[in-house]
Amino acid sequence: MLEKALIGSKKYYGLVTLLLIIIGAGFYFYLRQLSYGLGITGMSRDVSWGLYITQFTFLVGVAASAVMVVLPYYLHNYKIFGKITILGEFLAVASVAMCLTFIIADLGQPARAFNVLLYPTPTSILFWDMVVLNGYLLLNIVIGWTVLASERKSVPPPAWVKPLIYLSIPWAVSIHTVTAFIYAGIPGRGFWLTAIMAPRFLASAFASGPALLILMCFIVRRFTRFDPGKEAIQSLAKIVAYAVAVSVFFVLLEIFTVFYSQIPEHMHHFEYLFFGMEGHEKLVPWIWTSAILAILSLILLINPVTRRKEGILAMTCVAVFASLWIEKGLGLVITGFIPSPLGRVFEYSPTGPEVIITLGIWAMGFLILTILYKIAVTVKEEIST
Amino acid sequence: MYDTAKIVAGIIIFLCLITFPIWYNVTGGKAEYVPDLKIVTQEKQCVESKGYMRNNHMQLLNEWRNTVVREGNRVYVASDGRKYDMSLSRTCLKCHVNKADFCDKCHNYVEVAPTCFNCHVVPEEKKS
Amino acid sequence: MKTDRRGFLKIGGLGILGFAARPLVDVLLRGDLVEASPAPDTLAGKRWAMAVNVSKCKEGCRDCIVACHSVHNVPDLGNPKDEVKWIWTESYKKIFPEQEQEFDARGGKPVVVLCNHCDNPPCVRVCPTKATFKRSDGIVMMDYHRCIGCRFCMAACPYGSRSLNWRDPRPFIKKINPEFPTRTRGVVEKCDFCVERLAKGLIPACVEACKEKALVFGNLKESGAEIREILRANHTIRRRPWLGTGPQIYYIV
Repeated sequence: MLEKALIGSKKYYGLVTLLLIIIGAGFYFYLRQLSYGLGITGMSRDVSWGLYITQFTFLVGVAASAVMVVLPYYLHNYKIFGKITILGEFLAVASVAMCLTFIIADLGQPARAFNVLLYPTPTSILFWDMVVLNGYLLLNIVIGWTVLASERKSVPPPAWVKPLIYLSIPWAVSIHTVTAFIYAGIPGRGFWLTAIMAPRFLASAFASGPALLILMCFIVRRFTRFDPGKEAIQSLAKIVAYAVAVSVFFVLLEIFTVFYSQIPEHMHHFEYLFFGMEGHEKLVPWIWTSAILAILSLILLINPVTRRKEGILAMTCVAVFASLWIEKGLGLVITGFIPSPLGRVFEYSPTGPEVIITLGIWAMGFLILTILYKIAVTVKEEIST
Repeated sequence: MYDTAKIVAGIIIFLCLITFPIWYNVTGGKAEYVPDLKIVTQEKQCVESKGYMRNNHMQLLNEWRNTVVREGNRVYVASDGRKYDMSLSRTCLKCHVNKADFCDKCHNYVEVAPTCFNCHVVPEEKKS
Repeated sequence: MKTDRRGFLKIGGLGILGFAARPLVDVLLRGDLVEASPAPDTLAGKRWAMAVNVSKCKEGCRDCIVACHSVHNVPDLGNPKDEVKWIWTESYKKIFPEQEQEFDARGGKPVVVLCNHCDNPPCVRVCPTKATFKRSDGIVMMDYHRCIGCRFCMAACPYGSRSLNWRDPRPFIKKINPEFPTRTRGVVEKCDFCVERLAKGLIPACVEACKEKALVFGNLKESGAEIREILRANHTIRRRPWLGTGPQIYYIV
């Protein structure tokens, strides 16, 4: 079926070429990073994780959102999602590929990455992250490809796919639980030491992933002859609504716990994030933008009139995605480091090369998504004729 | 077979490309020498015999590294019973001070770039 | 023999895998080459710790820092973003936050900080390759050869003791000590209680360099050790002990 990605319209070739150019630029700057060192980024001794890890953290959530279409369809026979499970699974593949690439791009000695396999360390959450992310990638590739191929031949999928599909459901939950554990298990960083880190990840995943999926459905409907269906999109929108509500609620819970207990060390991080500290306020406009976008999207999603108008829904999904990208990325990761364990406020800004490498990896993800969607959509178009 | 001519042509081109390293070096003459290593050591004998070191110094150094760093043992008992401090900089390079005339000669010949010297300090060449 | 293209490819693939059989067997069956003698006094008999007498530290003195950084080829990057430091001074109120009183004269006093070589180190727990590991003598050790530079340990350390080499450190080392390696870009480093000096029976460089004898280093398992006496006779505090890390740097404040 891969050959379906080789033939397309002029716009398709144009998109692929553009993405390849961005990937090329990112790759060039990655080579520069390899020769200079990670110092080419904005990361520092105090803020030792930056843009790459924020992208990885956020994208793990987007990847797990495939379960939001797979679970209703396969466990509860929710037929409306039947047409778009493949879109969800392929989105998961592209997202996990991006996650893994961001991790590799962030390593100081990427040539030694194999050491994680040669010297497995089960006490390290990073080890388990490698296991679950690669497992999830493999699961979704195998499931998506097999189901799509069977659909194309108009036969039911082989029996062995069913247990894999059932496995992918808890596995999706595991990828963010493990990623949340990276942060929530560290004793010295009060901003991250919260039991609801994993639930927060799940809530924002189930908001940002389906929001992106809705946008992808709109794009697919606009540029191809495949229509995911108005009902499927509306169901997804309701899921996004609930997930955003829970996500906002969880953040408010964190704020209450920290500010009612009045422990200075825990309050400092929130103070820096929302109000700035000692004159340093780089993240303040970002987090307030995220908060406003979240509240706005909540209103537009809860109100059925604005949710049903697809034009408004599209904008709302962009707002949800952006809001959570900020909150789970910059808001979560960077703030954990500021102030440092020694009370120093040393701020972080990504550098040019860092941003270009990041864009290059996003372009890689979108290229994978474009190719996989092209295949899926072409097959669906074929069988409907 | 369909397209016989194209397939055979393709196979021939492929074989030429895949054997490139062999015929390029043979005709180009760049590899037509034996690396000439200069041994300027004071000691007459290395940690192990010449043949053994030639084949296994990489493995030996890896195991020295693991034993010193990870187990804290620093004393190596050679096959002839002599004891050595397991250190690249302080044992090996103390004798083989001329890295460019010794280590690099073979490494360059086989196009190998061990990363040891990124960290382990090479002693200055003694001007003799 | 009738076979289709898929069958041919399957057999071909298996055949190529077969080429890997011999080298694999060679590698797996190769025994260890090195026979190392056991260390003359085993590591497990020791438990290293350090006591810092804060009142003996002189304002502006950097003897311990200079000694450590010069012996270990620690680079001076000159800016707080890329800096690498194994031992340095911070003000009292930064090290022991929320513990100073309003009328306490100690608030701004410099206090020496370094890796605490914790009993229960979170950095060791999180390292995915065991590049940082705990020796049986208590020292939290770094294997620079294995570190992949993921910086999970830097995030996990509650004390900010670790530094990544964000750049190639060599140009930033004033005078390279040829007896000790430098590190390379992309690996994390920190104080290792001078394991190479301990192996020769010497005390750590910082302890030796301190003219005021503010730093005392010793073996907690040795009942007559000076450090045991100091801990017995003085009230000592440690950094953030409620985190359960069990730090082994004791401060007499």
